[in-house]
Amino acid sequence: MSTEKSTARKIFEWHEQRLPIVSFIDHAVGSQYPAPRNLNYFWNFGSLAGFMLVTMILTGVFLAMNYTPHESMAFDSVERIMRDVNYGWLIRYMHFNGASFFFIAVYIHIFRGLYYGSYKAPREVLWWIGILILLAMMATAFLGYVLPWGQMSFSGATVITNLFSAIPVVGNTIVTLLWGGFAVANPTLNRFFSLHYLLPFVIVGLVFLHIWALHIPGSNNPLGIELTAKDKIPFHPYYTVKDAFGVGVFLLFYFGIVFYAPNLLGDVTNYMKANPLTTPPNVVPEWYFLPYYAILRSIPNKLLGVIAMFGSLLILFVVPWLDTSRIRSAVFRPVYKAFFWVFVVDCLVLGYCGSQHPEGLPLILSRVGTAWYFLHFLILMPVIGWLETPKPLPASISEPVLNPAE
Amino acid sequence: MRKSVLTAIAAFALALPISAMGAEEEIHLPKQTWSFDGVFGKYDKVQLQRGFQVYKEVCASCHSLQYISFRNLEALGYSEGQIKALANEYDIDDGPDEAGDMFKRKGRPADHLPKPYPNDAFARASNGGALPPDLSLMAKAREGGPDYIYNLLLGYEDAPKDMTLADGMNYNKFFPGHQIAMPQQITDGRVTYDDKETPTTAAQISKDVTAFLMWTAEPKLEIRHATGFRVLLYTLFFTILAYLLKRRIWSRIEKH
Ligand code: HEC
Ligand code: HEM
Repeated sequence: MSTEKSTARKIFEWHEQRLPIVSFIDHAVGSQYPAPRNLNYFWNFGSLAGFMLVTMILTGVFLAMNYTPHESMAFDSVERIMRDVNYGWLIRYMHFNGASFFFIAVYIHIFRGLYYGSYKAPREVLWWIGILILLAMMATAFLGYVLPWGQMSFSGATVITNLFSAIPVVGNTIVTLLWGGFAVANPTLNRFFSLHYLLPFVIVGLVFLHIWALHIPGSNNPLGIELTAKDKIPFHPYYTVKDAFGVGVFLLFYFGIVFYAPNLLGDVTNYMKANPLTTPPNVVPEWYFLPYYAILRSIPNKLLGVIAMFGSLLILFVVPWLDTSRIRSAVFRPVYKAFFWVFVVDCLVLGYCGSQHPEGLPLILSRVGTAWYFLHFLILMPVIGWLETPKPLPASISEPVLNPAE
Repeated sequence: MRKSVLTAIAAFALALPISAMGAEEEIHLPKQTWSFDGVFGKYDKVQLQRGFQVYKEVCASCHSLQYISFRNLEALGYSEGQIKALANEYDIDDGPDEAGDMFKRKGRPADHLPKPYPNDAFARASNGGALPPDLSLMAKAREGGPDYIYNLLLGYEDAPKDMTLADGMNYNKFFPGHQIAMPQQITDGRVTYDDKETPTTAAQISKDVTAFLMWTAEPKLEIRHATGFRVLLYTLFFTILAYLLKRRIWSRIEKH
């Protein structure tokens, strides 16, 4: 065996001694990161969310080259992107639908966490950073939706910014600050564009912290048990190749929509230029905001509605303590598992209600749904944790059950 | 686990269209077949030319097409010469010239199609207070898209006995609220097509102008469909390769 090193190797090592960036990546998502060997396909959605973040930034930067943030030119500049800019239609449809697919990935990622108890010790901070990413994403998507300055952009911006006026004392000042004036108008559009460009890079920073926090305890797994070294495999090549396959499948859905139903997820009203004097009959946000919108409108009092809406997100921060069970994975928690699926259905029902006029059956459903949402976290999570008898846990992946005799 | 993945995907797929639905009174729009439907859908250029003729002869007196310039019409199969001749039929406001005066000149291919009214107030004044909207994006700006426009154009009827129409309004069974300021435009024989084969029934004329409006709303549809097919094929190929590679790499550990 020769000890002679190639020149390329020498240059590489010279550089690594000064800035060990390749080793850094290798430890983060490479061969030096030991990952559980039993991760299922739900563990693909983290890397898919990262993939969509990159897609959004790339397409966004190219859109910004041709976009004009001015109330009388924004809509036309988007149409110019669609008609005259080379492949502008592709970039815009990728960005527009990319937001939806980003949310699909992140929502599945979050439900995965809720199912397998990934928020429990020692991963609370990791979970918190995830929620911060969700909040930043929601802000970014809301700001972005205002940019094309269509009718729904305008009405959405008006409705959502007005929510802040419910805050006692300082509410109206906050709204004036958001608007940059006394109504949604050009200054609003300008600051929204600036912030829409900024926030995705804040998300990138948060993603770094998220992965850092992940590497302190390592990945959770479907069994939710602590694993020994023999149950771990290097992230690269095992999970890099699995994630690549996942990206391929995800892209088939994403491209299917981008190329063959690019406006399915959008609202037709946004193909009309904003007219401050008209309001569409039913102001609805994009689908990924519908459950929160249903919660907001389920409560007749504006301030309480706003509190409930933000509360539905903020409550996620204390989930690690609301869940009193020491078992992580729902696989061993028959009662929690059943209620987990009820909760998923509850979120879908709330989403449906959010798209409807708040009256009649949808209003009743959204009230029940909202009550159930909070009941799930505030009552069911702690109580099930106390009362439930979990199934016996395996000692490791290979040995099925710890004490089968017990 | 695989089953749960499928369930999750199915749940999302089901949830999306539901959430996209509005809550207004449901008006059923009889669905039409269009040449641009489906994965391989394309525009029928001859139909688009007929549709443009209808727009020019019927709709253009009230509705603008602000995002369309004469040169864009090359996509309908007109030659450069035909476009020049067409633009030349119009007088366009231009200026100021060296003396500071506004003047009229003949249209050029780069000009936008002229608007029927100088401003919205004028347009309203000429239409009993209602504003005829710009039609460039209409096929994407209404629930139902082209099916809506087609049915709207044909949906004029006598108002039901128990309904009194406001002054200057017309009854249309597909318009939300059923009272529309636009009078019926399309009737049998409303235009004369150059080719003597295409029937000039109201249905055919409506269909042609609607197809044309779909093109003005989504001029890149054909290249989108064609590119999408190649992109999906490539992605499928990549996905299969990634899957095979994944199986091969994972077989190293799944043995023991
Ligand atoms: C005499 C003027 C006039 C002509 C000609 C005319 N329209 Fe209209 N159109 C109107 C007016 C006015 C409205 C607004 C109706 C309202 O809001 O009640 C309108 C509205 C519309 C709408 C929108 C309906 C909606 O959902 O808001 C469409 C689509 C439309 N016209 C298509 C056409 C087409 C296609 C033609 C040519 C075949 C045409 N119009 C010719 C006056 C006209
Ligand atoms: C977290 C990542 C991002 C999300 C979720 C997001 C979301 C959105 C959404 C929902 C829209 C409205 C699309 C439409 O209705 O047409 C939009 C528009 C826009 N975004 Fe983003 N975006 C992101 C990142 C970026 C970045 C990094 C940039 C710029 C560098 C950018 C630039 C733009 C521009 C210029 C528009 C207006 C053009 C248009 O409406 O199509 N975006 N964004």
